[in-house]
Amino acid sequence: METLEQIRDRIAARFPGAKVSIQLNPGAAAEHSLLIDSKLGREIALFLRDDAALQLDYCSNATGVDWLDKEIVDVKKTTVADPAGGPAKVVEEKTKRTEPGYLEAVYHLYSMALRHGPVVIRMRTGNRRDDVKLPSLTPVWKSCDFQEREIFDLYGIVFEGHPDLRRLLMWDEFKDHPMRKDYVSPDDFEYEPTPHDAVLARAKAHYPAPPPAAPATQPEVKP
Amino acid sequence: MSDAPSTPTPTPFPAAGNISDAEREELRRHGILLTSLEELYNWGRANSIWPLQFGLACCAIEMIAAATARFDIARFGAEIFRPSPRQADLMIVSGTVTKKMAPNVVRLWNQMPEPKYCIAMGACAISGGPFKQGYNVLKGVDRFIPVDIYIPGCPPRPEALLNGLIELQKKIQTEKVAGPQAAKHLRSDVQSEFPVPEYGEHDIVPSKNPDVWSPPSLPRKA
Repeated sequence: METLEQIRDRIAARFPGAKVSIQLNPGAAAEHSLLIDSKLGREIALFLRDDAALQLDYCSNATGVDWLDKEIVDVKKTTVADPAGGPAKVVEEKTKRTEPGYLEAVYHLYSMALRHGPVVIRMRTGNRRDDVKLPSLTPVWKSCDFQEREIFDLYGIVFEGHPDLRRLLMWDEFKDHPMRKDYVSPDDFEYEPTPHDAVLARAKAHYPAPPPAAPATQPEVKP
Repeated sequence: MSDAPSTPTPTPFPAAGNISDAEREELRRHGILLTSLEELYNWGRANSIWPLQFGLACCAIEMIAAATARFDIARFGAEIFRPSPRQADLMIVSGTVTKKMAPNVVRLWNQMPEPKYCIAMGACAISGGPFKQGYNVLKGVDRFIPVDIYIPGCPPRPEALLNGLIELQKKIQTEKVAGPQAAKHLRSDVQSEFPVPEYGEHDIVPSKNPDVWSPPSLPRKA
């Protein structure tokens, strides 16, 4: 199979306007992925499926990732020459900026025809609040159907062009997206036999109120 | 007997009168079978339990295994798993009850005719089990319907289900047909239909039925 760099270069040559980059996986598995342009997501997916050298005809897995807002500290180093003629000083200037969070859909692609894979592709939404649309890849790979419904249900990514985008695991009236990192689950931990850690902190709100301190009464003295 | 207990042992069938087991046996030898309507009624019901064919997760596989030749739930007269709640009198809640499934479980329970019994099979049905801290699992089916027998285990083996069934049979055999101690299905003041929870925006509403379940009050160090 071609390397990820070769695939990236071929996508870039085929779709001149598309932003395609390689996301490195620092883990031991080193399963690097291709971050593709979500605007051309469907076209790139069709290219990956139909290209003679790749023939990635099977999507084995699709899932979502929630990336929260990230605070990044930029360190800018400037060298200031000492007017007295001494050694130059290095001045560090730190600036903080917030990188807005986004939602991500990850697809694992294999080729049944050529027996290779996986090729991992990712698409990102604009942010986590209102711009959460991505093109659906179900028309390209039928196996994405339930998986994209699951992502829609649990992460809230709206897949445009999905044939049947409904909630899969939670009920239709449910408003939240439970796999988002800022999801707060309902507090129904009234009773915990042996609470500890986070559950203990939660269970404390349900502890029975301590009985009011009884006023000290004088013992009755029998005549 | 010299070491007889000071308090007389309760006769197993009080409606049959104050006769001892030896006297009953003596009568039986002469071809007279002495029994009570209550005994006959409970004997018939305890040995012909029809469970609802209803499984939710891994415990259901163990329940199915209990019906196979190796474990043979038919020995207890409980092998007729009914596909309709209207023909069943035992609900074995075998598996994880998710919040999405909970209203349907209560609805099935309401559709079962009295007398009916409920077995909570496995850790999930009892308390939510390993999924207790999840957002989508009901933390015990007894939050909505009354449970007669709890079978611990994850999942319990078929023998454990059979033991639970035997315990339920014992419970049925001690039920009274009349009087203030009468079984709940014979009393008009005991509720037999339970409100079905609604699907809410964040959780099922209400998240528990306070008439059936309230959290135990455990004073703890704050």
